Amino acid sequence: MRDVAVLGVGLNSKWGELWEMSLRDIFVEAALNALDDAGVDRVDSIVVGCMTSGLFVGQEHLGSLMSDYLGMNPAAATRVESACASGGAAFRQGFLEVASGAADIVLVGGVEKMTDVGGDEATYALSAASDMEYEAYHGITFPGLYALIARAHMHRFGTTREQLAHVAVKNHRHGARNPAAQYPYEITVEDVLASVMVADPLRVLDCSPITDGAAAAVLCPVETARKLSKKPVVKVLASAQASSTIALHSRKDLTWFESTAEAAQKAYRMAGKRPEDIDVAEVHDCFTIAEIVVLEALGLVERGKGGQAAESGMTALGGKIPVNTSGGLKSKGHPVGATGVAQVVEIARQLRGESGARQVEGARVGLTQNMGGTGGSSVVHIFETV
Amino acid sequence: MAGIIGYGAYIPRYRIKVEEIAKIWGADAPNYKRGLGLEEKSVPGPDQDTITMSVEAAKKALRRAGIDPREIGAVYVGSESHPYAVKPSGTVLAEAIGATPDVHSASFEFACKAGTEAMFVCLCQVESGRIKYGLAVGADTSQGAPGDALEYSTAAGAAAFIFGRDHVVAEVDETYSFMTDTPDFWRREYQHYPRHAGRFTGEPAYFKHIRGAAQGIMKKAGLQPKDFHYVVFHQPNGKFPLNVGRQLGFTREQIETGRLVPKLGNTYSGSSPMGLTAVLDVARPGDRILLVSYGSGAGSDAFIFTVTGRIDEVRDKAEHTRALLDGHKVYIDYGTYAKYRGKILKAE
Repeated sequence: MRDVAVLGVGLNSKWGELWEMSLRDIFVEAALNALDDAGVDRVDSIVVGCMTSGLFVGQEHLGSLMSDYLGMNPAAATRVESACASGGAAFRQGFLEVASGAADIVLVGGVEKMTDVGGDEATYALSAASDMEYEAYHGITFPGLYALIARAHMHRFGTTREQLAHVAVKNHRHGARNPAAQYPYEITVEDVLASVMVADPLRVLDCSPITDGAAAAVLCPVETARKLSKKPVVKVLASAQASSTIALHSRKDLTWFESTAEAAQKAYRMAGKRPEDIDVAEVHDCFTIAEIVVLEALGLVERGKGGQAAESGMTALGGKIPVNTSGGLKSKGHPVGATGVAQVVEIARQLRGESGARQVEGARVGLTQNMGGTGGSSVVHIFETV
Repeated sequence: MAGIIGYGAYIPRYRIKVEEIAKIWGADAPNYKRGLGLEEKSVPGPDQDTITMSVEAAKKALRRAGIDPREIGAVYVGSESHPYAVKPSGTVLAEAIGATPDVHSASFEFACKAGTEAMFVCLCQVESGRIKYGLAVGADTSQGAPGDALEYSTAAGAAAFIFGRDHVVAEVDETYSFMTDTPDFWRREYQHYPRHAGRFTGEPAYFKHIRGAAQGIMKKAGLQPKDFHYVVFHQPNGKFPLNVGRQLGFTREQIETGRLVPKLGNTYSGSSPMGLTAVLDVARPGDRILLVSYGSGAGSDAFIFTVTGRIDEVRDKAEHTRALLDGHKVYIDYGTYAKYRGKILKAE
């Protein structure tokens, strides 16, 4: 397999409720930003990560749509879907195309336009990431499922309600330094504890928001990147994906994401790295409890200590292992299909030293973890400047 | 100069508290109260509708204007709850106050800004010299579907204004309207309850249009927020008027006098016009007032008024709006509310 580099990255300029922009507008803006950053104007192939544009805006066939509106026809273009891990899975497909030699320059994008429907319709669309027949049709929603995980973690490891809040507080503190974030302001533990109850113990400030947004990255062989780019070359050291039971009730352990742990082990092996080698990580904090369990499954935090990690500052900027410097899904926003690609955007900028007020000093090795549903699928990538 | 020569408001005596509605739907009442800035709302009695409330408000306006109703040349009613789909509200109103038959009448509908539309057309008729006096009413028995967020705010009330060139209590210095095709809230024919697009009703709808109208009229008049003693915005909940006021550079003091919504609810076409009546109840001669309505669909009408010395003679000729709001209250439970609003019907 060829060594693969991230040649350019970009987001659409601001995430949030983009009432004046359509699905294609958001995607094209992010893609053009990534192409500008990469310094290329043609690509061999396009991979688009998107969870459910069909339910959100009634549009499928995103490969053709995006190739068309980017002016890239007749490039090959395909949509990849793995629920909330669609962006990560799309990035992995782009990686495999370049690594295998099937394509030299690949544009990977992720997009979701979520605000064209009301709250109930959005909840229904998102519930399609769970097991519809055995979970959603019986009435449980994602906040409900993650509330069960939170309760189990609190019961088993003594994780506190306040520690959950610290995850949101920390990610908002990071997001306040990210001008593209949907909610770029700080919140307090008291704000979280006083916010509207969604599914006990999770309150609205434990939950990632409904967001319109897109992200894009351009991939090419490392050798090509060395020739084309004057910036530090960000190499994809590892790309790994794993699956677990789609339904939460089929798990042996409610407090563990098997797919994340499995993908992480594969990724560490492929990269030749250990958890302690990671300088900065972007992980899937769709709910505060998710970040806690994910960090444990990645081996970045000791089992059962995920809550303490947020409370102690270990995972904050300046801490031992800064997590979600972009603001994470919580503060930056969670346009589902874009999230996995946006994590790559943040890590690439961190490793190139371009993250400004939220830069992790001397970051060389970064990790992204993107997850579908309650962990039915997970994608982990590891990057290093070479 | 043309302007308001008499004004009046009407509020039904029934009230239901946010807690009472939240209890039925298992909602978090403290969060709703904080989130919406609402405590309770008015409820029309079973024998009340847009027309009966318009008559009550118009009678007060007539007392303050002190004119012969036969001199009224136009009767306009703005509402989105006209009792009849076909048959005007204005005919009943004009008959009830003795303004028939030398009178023109029309019903207006533009979501929550139908009241200020009626005011605008009345003013234009007077200014053109086509009529001597005109009566404009904004009134609604607003509909909110059971369990919808709207159910906490949809209220009932009316405000009436008589326009003329003599006996003026508030001169109209300037008007401006700001409108786009923005589908944030609608009710189709034969549907009982409106539908709305959730958070889309905020920034791209209410805020954009109110800001557009307020900034437009201030630019046209060469005035700044500090040049006004009072400002009244459409008030669908307690928070929106405060937020848009802050965005525009108005102080809470300027907004508070006309902000009735925490105890009244959203009276739709009556909302900002009723706020104006509460301001006129306490305004001093020379005070300048900005009024900005908002109607979904979407648009805003803005007016700048300057209060005249005649206000001191008329304000106490009818009950003040705050007195209507704070007095004669009868709290009802959800069952009574459901019956009064026709949500449950007695079996035949």
